[in-house]
Amino acid sequence: MSEQITVTVNGDTVSARPAANTLLSAFLREELGLTGAHVGCDTSQCGACVVLVDGKSVKSCTMLARQADGASLTTIEGLAGDGGELHPMQEAFRDNHGLQCGFCTPGMVLSAVDLVSRNPDPSEGEVRRWLEGNICRCTGYHNIVKSIRAAAKVMRA
Amino acid sequence: MYDFNYHRPASAADAAAARKAAADGVYLAGGMTLLPTLKQRLARSSDVVDLAATGLTGISRDGGAITIGAMSTHDSVATSSEVQSAIPALGILAGGIGDPQVRNRGTIGGSIANADPAADYPAAVLGLNATVHTDRRAIGADDFFTGMFETALGDGELITKVTFPVPAAAAYAKFANPASRYAIVGVMVAKTDGGIRVAVTGAAGNAFRATAMEQVLAGDFSAAVLDGISVDADYNSDIHASAEYRRHLVGVMAKRAVREIA
Ligand SMILES: Cc1cc2nc3c(=O)[nH]c(=O)nc-3n(C[C@H](O)[C@H](O)[C@H](O)COP(=O)(O)OP(=O)(O)OC[C@H]3O[C@@H](n4cnc5c(N)ncnc54)[C@H](O)[C@@H]3O)c2cc1C
Ligand code: FES
Ligand code: FES
Repeated sequence: MSEQITVTVNGDTVSARPAANTLLSAFLREELGLTGAHVGCDTSQCGACVVLVDGKSVKSCTMLARQADGASLTTIEGLAGDGGELHPMQEAFRDNHGLQCGFCTPGMVLSAVDLVSRNPDPSEGEVRRWLEGNICRCTGYHNIVKSIRAAAKVMRA
Repeated sequence: MYDFNYHRPASAADAAAARKAAADGVYLAGGMTLLPTLKQRLARSSDVVDLAATGLTGISRDGGAITIGAMSTHDSVATSSEVQSAIPALGILAGGIGDPQVRNRGTIGGSIANADPAADYPAAVLGLNATVHTDRRAIGADDFFTGMFETALGDGELITKVTFPVPAAAAYAKFANPASRYAIVGVMVAKTDGGIRVAVTGAAGNAFRATAMEQVLAGDFSAAVLDGISVDADYNSDIHASAEYRRHLVGVMAKRAVREIA
């Protein structure tokens, strides 16, 4: 029997017994049904699986569920308010056409939330450098960068 | 990924004991190298000993040196005000590793223990003449990197911290692989108490010192003196760059670093 872990997921306390070799991405998607963290590459390259662990963006395909014991996790499902109102970052992606197929979007949005929490007014260059670990096959990044800077402005206000 | 026993000991001593007790144990730090390796079944371990709760974190300055706990993430080094004020080149190097998510998890201890030929930290350890502290001893930079993915660490030896003497000046120039940001060639140049040091990563099987450059820079610290100096090494040649190209890049990156200091 695996040992129990306790994590806070989108504000709720969750206790579970994931196997030692269960990845955080698999735990979220298959055990908790939170399929917003997408597994794009499963090789630590694409960033589609990014979630926030204690507020920091992390590739959930490159972390064991057991490593998250005691941590507070935020997935894309937990970003909107309780009444369903979108987070400013989500709103900005919608307003600025920051997504096409949407596969990379959960990772982009959460990575961007991490950036803006450190740097409330990132320049275009800073946003582009920050997105080093988030790959998008559709948009050409232009509108993603625009979305993030627009959201940062709203979040600063 | 094959299954394994997972341990999360609460101290460095317990971690070493758990590793020793295991049939085939391995330490887990940020997991940025180890987990992909286990996932691809390139390695298999009976026991994974997670260092997360061992308390091997913390960055401090005492007198002439900066000490960084082995479990300090690249992000914590890059954003440390102690590092930024004492050895800005070290902060810049850490902030240029991979991407933000790799920096949020990957650690200095893991990077140095892994000794990837293209990793950035080996250039800092060697260029700044750092000391690698383990649960058994202190290892000088010049003795630490012994080959491709090979170090002076013994079986189960645990890195606890790394101490960097504060140099008079230092700069790191990297020609990064555009996809991974690993160094195709990275050069750290430092003016240390023991003289000028030039350390090269990415170019050969392990990081090494370009002594030919150190000698001429000692006489005249300028980029111009590096013209025509070709550094001999057993250069890597792969899909990213030929040996000849890497040899050329060593000169270009060294000059960039020297110019930044001079
Ligand atoms: C997409 C991507 C891009 C990257 N880009 C770069 C880059 O540009 N430059 C760069 O330098 N690196 C890069 N890396 C590697 C990254 O820096 C890793 O974090 C690092 O190489 C390993 O550190 P870790 O903490 O993740 O160690 P782990 O993966 O947990 O461990 C690596 C090895 O070190 C051993 N180990 C860990 N800690 C200790 C310790 N304290 N004592 C003894 N042994 C220990 C482990 O047992 C294991 O064998 C990249 C990685 C990824 C996934
Ligand atoms: S699925 Fe995790 S980085 Fe691509
Ligand atoms: S919107 Fe399709 S991958 Fe980014």
